[in-house]
Amino acid sequence: MSDLIVLGTRKGTVILDRVGQDWRPRPIMHAGNPVCFAARDPRDGTIWVSLDHGHWGPKLSRSRDGGRHWEDAPSIKFPEGARYIVKVLPTPDFDPDAPAGRPEYADATVFKIWNIAFGNPEQQGRLYAGTIPGGLFVSDDGGESWELNRPLWNHESRGGDLFAGDATSENRWHGTPASIDYGVFEPGIHSIVVDPRDSDHVYVGVSTAGVLETRDGGLSWASRNRGMRMDYSPDPEAEWGHDPHFVAACRGAPDHLWQQNHCGVFHSDDGAQTWRGVSVPEAGARFGFPVAVDANDGHTAWVVPAKGDFERMAIDGGLAVARTTDGGRSWQSLREGLPQENTYDIVLRHALDVADTTLCFGTSTGNVYLSEDRGESWRCLGNNFPPVYSVRFG
Amino acid sequence: MTANLLRFFPVLEGREIDVAAGSVAEVLRAVDAIAPGFSDYVLDERGALRRHVNVCVDQRLVIDRQTLSDRVGDNATLHIFQALSGG
Repeated sequence: MSDLIVLGTRKGTVILDRVGQDWRPRPIMHAGNPVCFAARDPRDGTIWVSLDHGHWGPKLSRSRDGGRHWEDAPSIKFPEGARYIVKVLPTPDFDPDAPAGRPEYADATVFKIWNIAFGNPEQQGRLYAGTIPGGLFVSDDGGESWELNRPLWNHESRGGDLFAGDATSENRWHGTPASIDYGVFEPGIHSIVVDPRDSDHVYVGVSTAGVLETRDGGLSWASRNRGMRMDYSPDPEAEWGHDPHFVAACRGAPDHLWQQNHCGVFHSDDGAQTWRGVSVPEAGARFGFPVAVDANDGHTAWVVPAKGDFERMAIDGGLAVARTTDGGRSWQSLREGLPQENTYDIVLRHALDVADTTLCFGTSTGNVYLSEDRGESWRCLGNNFPPVYSVRFG
Repeated sequence: MTANLLRFFPVLEGREIDVAAGSVAEVLRAVDAIAPGFSDYVLDERGALRRHVNVCVDQRLVIDRQTLSDRVGDNATLHIFQALSGG
């Protein structure tokens, strides 16, 4: 049972403590600063916060005493020579038949630290950070230093090793709209899944490229997008260009992975070798951002459906959580305790979490809801939080 | 220096920092020695001025935002503040 919830919000970090039957928020920390992700490392209790300063660049902040004191962790930086091929959004005069010009290169700088993940207990000090513009950083000393994972950065799907020279292949990774906040259109790594059975086995989810897997500790990466479909592409089953909004695995059965994708909900029971579309639009499960997976049962998952793609808010003015217990064959729409009229909330990709039988989600309009019976019923923990970017049990 | 930046570096609060004349980059390095991590707030990992940060030598905005080679003279004052970007 978890006694702590960490919220990353538009205006800082909020920690809620379980006090008896109640959950009480502490005064906001990092007041005034956008926090795009916050989570507690279960190995040593350090709370990590990704600050999304508007002016001063992305920073990691950490607390080793449960949130009483905070310090900046050393900055994550791209190494000298890290470049990428610039992709531009098509403009009205874009001619798809025009011959491709020379690629335009940009020096990489970190725009956003979108996700932080923790290594397995036998890899003390191992941390991961997923960034825009698509760099995965790894630390083996508890965040004192960070190293860019070069095999992923230099992947042939992105143009090859640009440290060494010009591109040797085409860049097939597209940008994420989340990067436009920074005046760019670059990809972002928002999901990092470490296999609890094997620390060398890691997945990342990338908007907009898809899912990649390494089985050799990051020395090589391969796409794992078979079975996914993108209805915005002329070739819906192309290897690259997919938009998983969030990817999560079952800790007790890690071959079960789930993703809430731009184009539906997908489930894999074979370690992402193949995906199966499990959307049931009439039950609400199709568009949305987050997905949470039961820790023991790989067939049980929760999503928070939204009206997609153009409206991106609660469906028909009422909030619902959709749950499946049979691998996505059927979904139950759970609404007890959630507002059912005049509701326009959306739940962002990191803003839903589950711990045992308890679920919590926060919304873009600052509402936070908790269920202690696997989603059957919900209660509100507050209506006046800042817009919520992430929710994680500690 | 803007209070919006000082709040992250209370060690600099209320201080007038005298450093030897040199380039803007050298001045920032001197401040970083007093307040480690300071330059990461003002510069990106390429050493360029962050997009929404402005630096003035006396009343003049620096011209070289990439390598910060603008000269800071003996009696000049360096101002650091956030660029107003709307909103």
